[in-house]
Amino acid sequence: MARSVTNQRKALNTALAWAVGLLIFFPILWTILTSFKTEAQAIASPPIFLNFDWTLENYAVVQERSNYMRFLWNSVIIAGGSTLLGVIIAVPAAWSMAFVPSRRTKDILMWMLSTKMLPAVGVLYPIYLIFIRLGILDTRIGLVVVIMLINLPIIVWMLYTYFKEIPGEILEAARMDGATLKEEIIYVLTPMAVPGIASTILLNIILAWNEAFWTLNLTAAKAAPLTAFIASYSSPEGLFYAKLSAASTMAIAPILILGWFSQKQLVRGLTFGAVK
Amino acid sequence: MGRITLDKVTKRFGDVEVIPPLDLTIDDGEFTVFVGPSGCGKSTLLRLIAGLEDVSSGQIRIDREDATNVPPAKRGLAMVFQSYALYPHMSVRKNIAFPLRMAKMDQAEINKRVEGAAAVLNLTDYLDRRPGQLSGGQRQRVAIGRAIVREPAAFLFDEPLSNLDAALRVGMRLEISELHKRLETTMIYVTHDQVEAMTMADKIVVLRKGNIEQVGSPLELYQTPRNTFVAGFIGSPKMNLIEGPEAAKYDAHTIGIRPEHIKASAEAGAWEGRVGVSEHLGSDTFLHIHDTGLGEAITVRMNGEVDFKYGDRIFLTPRADVIHRFDDQGLRIA
Repeated sequence: MARSVTNQRKALNTALAWAVGLLIFFPILWTILTSFKTEAQAIASPPIFLNFDWTLENYAVVQERSNYMRFLWNSVIIAGGSTLLGVIIAVPAAWSMAFVPSRRTKDILMWMLSTKMLPAVGVLYPIYLIFIRLGILDTRIGLVVVIMLINLPIIVWMLYTYFKEIPGEILEAARMDGATLKEEIIYVLTPMAVPGIASTILLNIILAWNEAFWTLNLTAAKAAPLTAFIASYSSPEGLFYAKLSAASTMAIAPILILGWFSQKQLVRGLTFGAVK
Repeated sequence: MGRITLDKVTKRFGDVEVIPPLDLTIDDGEFTVFVGPSGCGKSTLLRLIAGLEDVSSGQIRIDREDATNVPPAKRGLAMVFQSYALYPHMSVRKNIAFPLRMAKMDQAEINKRVEGAAAVLNLTDYLDRRPGQLSGGQRQRVAIGRAIVREPAAFLFDEPLSNLDAALRVGMRLEISELHKRLETTMIYVTHDQVEAMTMADKIVVLRKGNIEQVGSPLELYQTPRNTFVAGFIGSPKMNLIEGPEAAKYDAHTIGIRPEHIKASAEAGAWEGRVGVSEHLGSDTFLHIHDTGLGEAITVRMNGEVDFKYGDRIFLTPRADVIHRFDDQGLRIA
């Protein structure tokens, strides 16, 4: 028998879901609202929710004081570059693990995952020294590499799971049909894995974009992305909540918009195989 | 041409030998069925012929050419998989055309062949659909279409009907047999279903644990099984195998009697027993007889209108001229 849900129960569930959603979204909403307030209104007590004088002044000041476009560009390069590089490395890795596994494949996968459990700060010092030695401190290339390495286990794991979903018999059929390894990858595997590859790319752009630990510690001025841009407004010398909020809003807007438009793809990708 | 010869072929997975040294010749145009219980190595053997698995030792020849180390694509064989293995992102037309495209065939020729195959397989109306929009039987036909357009030296079928429902299976069985008669191409067909083997094959290869137990035409296997394994595997319902004093009477360790070779009576006979479950198929009835003192239950095949009921006393008499005799190794005594 199908489980029946009363309308009352449904309404309650809906309300609850919205409440949780709003709770999660509230800090972001508050940041966005604050960015349109004056500094005085931003710290008013009791806080003002909507009834304030809307102003774009903070954005103008932020724009004036720092070069938003340069930070944005750095973010784009670092997030895009590290994802692209990661996928180029991960596709063959995941391919071989999924289709020609060895006895140690599972161990390698687990080991890769275990590196994600390592506290990043634990390796900050050695990596910092390596960066100095290689002369790549505060360079975009340095950050592309380090963030790619941070996210590589996730990329490999995701692609591995998607490739695993593709029935081996289909690839064997392609082999029987006369396809070479290259043709098999181009005409059969890749088209079938496109949803998986797309959501892997999306998720990793988001992760790389939001990465703050390494970007803050390994950059100063030249290669600093938007995370550093936000951080530069949280100074202890004064109250700049409104400006900090404006900077934050500008920093998160691009990725928020990207996430919004690709949410269908993301959800499909993340649950791929789970609900077939 | 598609004569396939296996010469002392073996296959090991790690320390496990799944195919001990095996010799087999499949003649051109022959419909050969590999049959055996699951895990008997029949699919592995087919995959060795296809080239999807490498042989551990021995030689495979296709049309007298050594194909042992030739990649699957170059062996000139076409395969139909159990799961159909269609390309889900391609239309039926593209699926069928795929091997021709890989062979860099001229587009006009591709179209001609695809439409020809579609006409033969009743797929003309579905050419622009995706596999996901087709029924199981239609998908299977697309898989066959993809195999026939190549005009291969031989077709390999790996349990192609086991995902279909019973009615469809009978229909597809006929279609494949029909196709074989028309194309006269070598076909190797793997199944665990002895009914498929009996109805379709020119030659049946019975396998157990990677060993060939017997090779022969369906009727040869049915009439003169070489050992108790083949005797029990071929024929439905199973042959009754009886050991002990009753077998000793016939100077054998084991005797085998097919269910259709036993006469039943309510009054008198050689063996006495009690009727257990009767399975009514309409045309036939299978009676399972217990308490005969012969060991396991005895199965008797009778006509559709029998009036024995559960628990009735019954007398059985085997037809003496068709009793199969086996020695203590399970081998047939001539």
